[in-house]
Amino acid sequence: MPEAATLPTRRDEAWRYADIDAVARIGATALDQWRDITVEAGETWRETMVIGGNAPELHRIRLTVGKGARGELFATNVGQDFTRLEIEITLEEGAHFEFGGVTIGGGNAVREFVTKTVHAHPNGTSNQTVRSVHWGTGTGNFLGEIKVARHAQKTDAAQDFKGLLLEAGASANAVPQLEIFADDVKCAHGATIGQLDESARFYMAARGLSPEVTQRLLVQAFLGDAFVELDDEETRSALLNAALKALEGADL
Amino acid sequence: MRKEKEHAVLTIENLSAEVDGASGTKQILKGLNLQVAAGEVHAIMGPNGAGKSTLANVLGGKPGYDVTGGSVTFKGADLFDLDPHERAATGLFLGFQYPVEIPGVSNVQFLREAANAQRKYRGEDPLSGGEFLKLAKEKAGLLKLDMEMLKRQVNVGFSGGEKKRAEMVQMGILDPSFAVLDETDSGLDIDALRVVGDGINAIMRAPDKGVLLITHYQRLLDVVKPDRVSILAGGRIVQTGGPELALQLEDEGYDAVMADA
Ligand SMILES: Nc1ncnc2c1ncn2[C@@H]1O[C@H](COP(=O)(O)OP(=O)(O)OP(=O)(O)O)[C@@H](O)[C@H]1O
Ligand SMILES: [Mg+2]
Repeated sequence: MPEAATLPTRRDEAWRYADIDAVARIGATALDQWRDITVEAGETWRETMVIGGNAPELHRIRLTVGKGARGELFATNVGQDFTRLEIEITLEEGAHFEFGGVTIGGGNAVREFVTKTVHAHPNGTSNQTVRSVHWGTGTGNFLGEIKVARHAQKTDAAQDFKGLLLEAGASANAVPQLEIFADDVKCAHGATIGQLDESARFYMAARGLSPEVTQRLLVQAFLGDAFVELDDEETRSALLNAALKALEGADL
Repeated sequence: MRKEKEHAVLTIENLSAEVDGASGTKQILKGLNLQVAAGEVHAIMGPNGAGKSTLANVLGGKPGYDVTGGSVTFKGADLFDLDPHERAATGLFLGFQYPVEIPGVSNVQFLREAANAQRKYRGEDPLSGGEFLKLAKEKAGLLKLDMEMLKRQVNVGFSGGEKKRAEMVQMGILDPSFAVLDETDSGLDIDALRVVGDGINAIMRAPDKGVLLITHYQRLLDVVKPDRVSILAGGRIVQTGGPELALQLEDEGYDAVMADA
């Protein structure tokens, strides 16, 4: 019997920065809609997505990456309303998971990436890079849970988050959550939140670049990290351009 | 020979400015007067902390520096009416004492955007990718900077001397009518000093251009021979003379020369 879906609350760790009212507007049944993907042993699966529009969106993916296989997901989140991408990943022996994400936008919306990476077997690796750029009272979140099972030795998991706030009212949140039961593992995570570098801005102005162009170049440079592991020029620029287009609409 | 005031590229009159520091505001420039005629290279020397970089920053319009009095006329217009990027497009170039690193932005992208932003402001057509690269190659060659350096991120991982040389490549590409060069010689080795000095002469020595050359040492002035030399101390120009003033400073030091005056 499937359980009737009920709305999460902000007391749930994975929903603590979410816009629960927006979830209610989507309807609780959306919570049951998981996309299941299995990457067979030795295969590579890659998906890139631009998500977010004028209404709330919830995307839920369950990804199982088989022995020695590779799962890659890259996403630009330009939601003008609550937009959440949630991924649950299970890694078999020697599997790799790669995630690159960008949240960008102003208004009052919350955009978030929520990942739960389970290193279930030895020698698995995962690398997650998220960049968030916000203004107005916009918010970007990255909640990354990593579980390393007792026998998943030689796991190497990395998470890196950077937030760039263009206006004082904007915010960004990074919540790494590690549960490690094996002893021979590497888990690195870093999170920083800052503003545009004032001295770089003046330097660029002194060379004739307007504040708008300066901002575009600096944001573009900032976002680049999220997609460096995406080995396809065309889709990489598509994801970056979608992000920069969101910036163009900014009333800063 | 002092030229007529109408031929001045830059006229600074009774300029006062303060800086917003951590411990409140502090007045740095205290009624500074200076004029640079067309075709002139004017060296500024002065003790540490005198306000030389502050003058450069105020001319460039750096946030945090407030003009509290006086005026600056650049090519006949009020410089302070313009935003920093407009000053650049009008022909003012600031060579930084400490050039800034911009991770993630390549020199080529940065300079092409900058050159075309300036051209657009002046109502000129943009340079195509090919035209820009040709220009960049020529100026990098002039400054003996490996073209590969221009493909790298702006100043990131550049040595002190490479940064200064890259500043001059930028100046060559942007071709300003007036340059304020803040200790462009510091950090340069002996050979680089000559290359940079020759570069400044090649790019900026023209009848309608001007240079404010901030430096502590005669060795740059041996290459870029200044028409005039001024001493900036305590936020004001306290003495102006010909090239011999720099030589006298090198021999006797600030205290002795300023006491003589
Ligand atoms: N942003 C700032 N905050 C606080 N104090 C400042 C700031 N900028 C300049 N000052 C102060 O103003 C004074 C003049 O500084 P400035 O950098 O203009 O000197 P300078 O003549 O260029 O010296 P140097 O020869 O060492 O480069 C110094 O006392 C300096 O500490
Ligand atoms: Mg200085």
